[in-house]
Amino acid sequence: MPVLNLAVPEGHPLYMSTFLVTLSGKIMCYAIVALAMDLIWGFAGILSLGHGLFFALGGYAMGMYLMRQIGRQGQYQSELPDFMVFLDWKELPWHWWMSDQFWWAMLLVVAVPGLLAFGFGYLAFRSRIKGVYFSIITQALTFATMLLFFRNETGFGGNNGFTDFKRLLGFDVTAPQTRVVLFAVTGATLLAALLLGRWLVTSKFGRVLAAIRDAETRIMFCGYNTLHYKLFIWTLSAVLCGIAGALYVPQVGIINPSEMSPANSIEIAIWVAVGGRGTLVGAIAGAGIVNAAKSIFTVAFPEYWLYFLGLLFILVTLFLPNGVVGLLRSKSRSAESAA
Amino acid sequence: MKKALCALVFALGLGAASIASAALDAALVGKLAFGDNDEKIAAIRAFVAQGEAAAAPLLTALAEGQLQTAGERVLIVGDDGAIDAVSGEKVTPLPETRDDVIANNRVRGEVANAVAALRLLAPQREVRLKAVKELETGASVALLPLVKRAREKETDAEIRSALEQIAATIEVKSDDKATRLEAIRALAASDSPGTRSLLGSILLMQQGGRYVEPDEEVRRAAEESLKAVQGRLAWGERAGLLFAGVSLGSILLLAALGLAITYGLMGVINMAHGELIMIGAYATYVVQNLVRAYAPGAFDAYLLAAIPAAFITSGLVGMALERSVIRYLYGRPLETLLATWGISLMLIQAVRTLFGAQNVQVENPSWMSGGIQLLANVVLPWNRIMIIGFAALVVIAVGLLLTRTRLGLFVRGVTQNRAMASCVGVPTARVDTWAFGLGSGVAGLAGCALSQVGNVGPDLGQAYIVDSFMVVVFGGVGQLAGTVVAALGLGFINKLLESWSGAVIAKIAVLVFIVLFIQKRPQGLFALKGRAVEA
Repeated sequence: MPVLNLAVPEGHPLYMSTFLVTLSGKIMCYAIVALAMDLIWGFAGILSLGHGLFFALGGYAMGMYLMRQIGRQGQYQSELPDFMVFLDWKELPWHWWMSDQFWWAMLLVVAVPGLLAFGFGYLAFRSRIKGVYFSIITQALTFATMLLFFRNETGFGGNNGFTDFKRLLGFDVTAPQTRVVLFAVTGATLLAALLLGRWLVTSKFGRVLAAIRDAETRIMFCGYNTLHYKLFIWTLSAVLCGIAGALYVPQVGIINPSEMSPANSIEIAIWVAVGGRGTLVGAIAGAGIVNAAKSIFTVAFPEYWLYFLGLLFILVTLFLPNGVVGLLRSKSRSAESAA
Repeated sequence: MKKALCALVFALGLGAASIASAALDAALVGKLAFGDNDEKIAAIRAFVAQGEAAAAPLLTALAEGQLQTAGERVLIVGDDGAIDAVSGEKVTPLPETRDDVIANNRVRGEVANAVAALRLLAPQREVRLKAVKELETGASVALLPLVKRAREKETDAEIRSALEQIAATIEVKSDDKATRLEAIRALAASDSPGTRSLLGSILLMQQGGRYVEPDEEVRRAAEESLKAVQGRLAWGERAGLLFAGVSLGSILLLAALGLAITYGLMGVINMAHGELIMIGAYATYVVQNLVRAYAPGAFDAYLLAAIPAAFITSGLVGMALERSVIRYLYGRPLETLLATWGISLMLIQAVRTLFGAQNVQVENPSWMSGGIQLLANVVLPWNRIMIIGFAALVVIAVGLLLTRTRLGLFVRGVTQNRAMASCVGVPTARVDTWAFGLGSGVAGLAGCALSQVGNVGPDLGQAYIVDSFMVVVFGGVGQLAGTVVAALGLGFINKLLESWSGAVIAKIAVLVFIVLFIQKRPQGLFALKGRAVEA
């Protein structure tokens, strides 16, 4: 796809516009999130309503680095990011330490969501919070963090967040070449995440996870410490989200606290539900289907998008418990038995 | 401001009109019209010093650019002809050549102050009381003689003591030490926050270690007075905080009470709960508009019709949801969560389509505006008091319904043991529908109440959904008493933190607190005892 954007001349039927490249790059980021969600929800039965938070945290870590890369090219020609000049801050707050180093940003992308998820998960799983309780407190956590990030004093640009990025590792972020590279990196990450996920769920580890989902008390009496399993997959899932967020921000060009709104996190669940819970390919397909539909709907009939999304939530939970992939599989199975 | 000026001039005018022929000092009027700005201000002050109530219309005319000169004469030119400023007689015909008298902002400020001060001499008690309230902060030295004179003439004890306070705030800045000392001691009787900051400013240290107040004795007196004032204010602040906490708690309680039934008792994770609240608020809006259109005389009573309307509308929507979607998802909480979220999205969009995306205007009936003045710095607004009372009534009603009626018995029976309830002939499916309708109806009542204190818009419910769940979870699932305690407790904690750290941080702190609390005590404050909890 990216090759079609660069190598094929404009006007050629096979030409892909930069818009489409960016859009599909964005959807691939969502697909990574959906994959992460599927690992924790589809395989371990834990519905998180906080994945939007981890996604945004990864995005913010990347955004800090991108803000520093703007350098003196901002509106106020200052070393500091524009919003800090606007707030009349004289120096960077402590959490911006080292934010001009790419490797540090990459470390934060992984470490911040990872550590937060680890700490939160440890507390929650240790006291055996599960099911809907867990969903609700992850939602509360996300909501609280969103309120925090909306404040100017937090030092992340308040409700405007970060935007107006110029360069990434010295390359212009808006140049088609950079976009294509970002696209390729996202694609590779998605593939790697898929392979990792597949390896995990087909291993013994994956079976324990499924057992936790289906009969947690029984697996505990069998001598497994479910805390470790749940904590590992939960943290891994959060880290994947963080990475997806970091890839998302330079392609979309903006990150603000509304990414953390509870609605976004629930939407992630519906991607997985549409595609098919418990199948990794399904999660990716679901993210693709829902977001493609969203892109078409919000342009063609913006009024009806929420009706459609709401209906999707209801119909999928009522009639398609295994999602599109489940539907296709049962079709092919019935075709086989017929033959 | 302009309106207020006109109103008070009118109030004065009725009294003054008859004596308007008692001519004003022509020399002062001349200075006001022909002098430069300094002379104008001097003239205004002179009027105030004389306590010349009849000068008020003239001063207002100056501030509003209605004062004109024609030769030697000074005219007040209004919409219905002109009158002579000195004699107050009508001038007809209007002289051909007239010049405007220009007043700059400094002069206008002086006029506003002077007019307020002149009102101190008005014959009506309410007018004087209002004038006193206005002058409590920012009375200037020039007003002192007038204030003193008003105090001597004043017969009303309340206004008299207020006037003494005003005089004291002016005299605190006097050059004479004895006057200052006396004024500061008089201020100890004050209970206004303005006095506190005034006394505080006396005690401030300037740069270089010098005090604003050079005299040691005066400083000591100021310290004592400050302590007295602070002590009095602290009680008011505590009472205000308590009231704010209870008020927020009652709102949380109303929002969460419906959820305590649908989630707490029935175990349905209803993410559309906030939207049921929103529907209740919109039902109130519709009733308000209907009453305004067809029975404008009964507008003040529209809430009486809105309360059942909100209850029934939300209840019916809730029952429809239960019948069409939620029924098929019992026992699958995560799926219920997603499906009801979908429902909430559709309800929001439906309201947007019907009523538009903008907030709609819901007006308080007139008996709900205003409030009770508890202490000098505490006013309890009526609409908040009403909501606290309303919340109490709803809680009692729901409690009675659940414990004293057949439906309540069935609901509790189905909650505790569905199979057994079914065996003894309880129509469990119908009970589910009714119970869900009841919870939704209570949400509608919450919406009706919320429409009286906040904005009504399609996103109204989203703001309450996280809070409502927190209250129910914090209180303990399945416990009405727990919900009450949790709502009031959270409301109070929230307001307490807010007074220290600001609204957003307080909210975050409360959310984090609940998250940690649930880790420690997943069953909530009031836990059901026994093994059934684990199931």
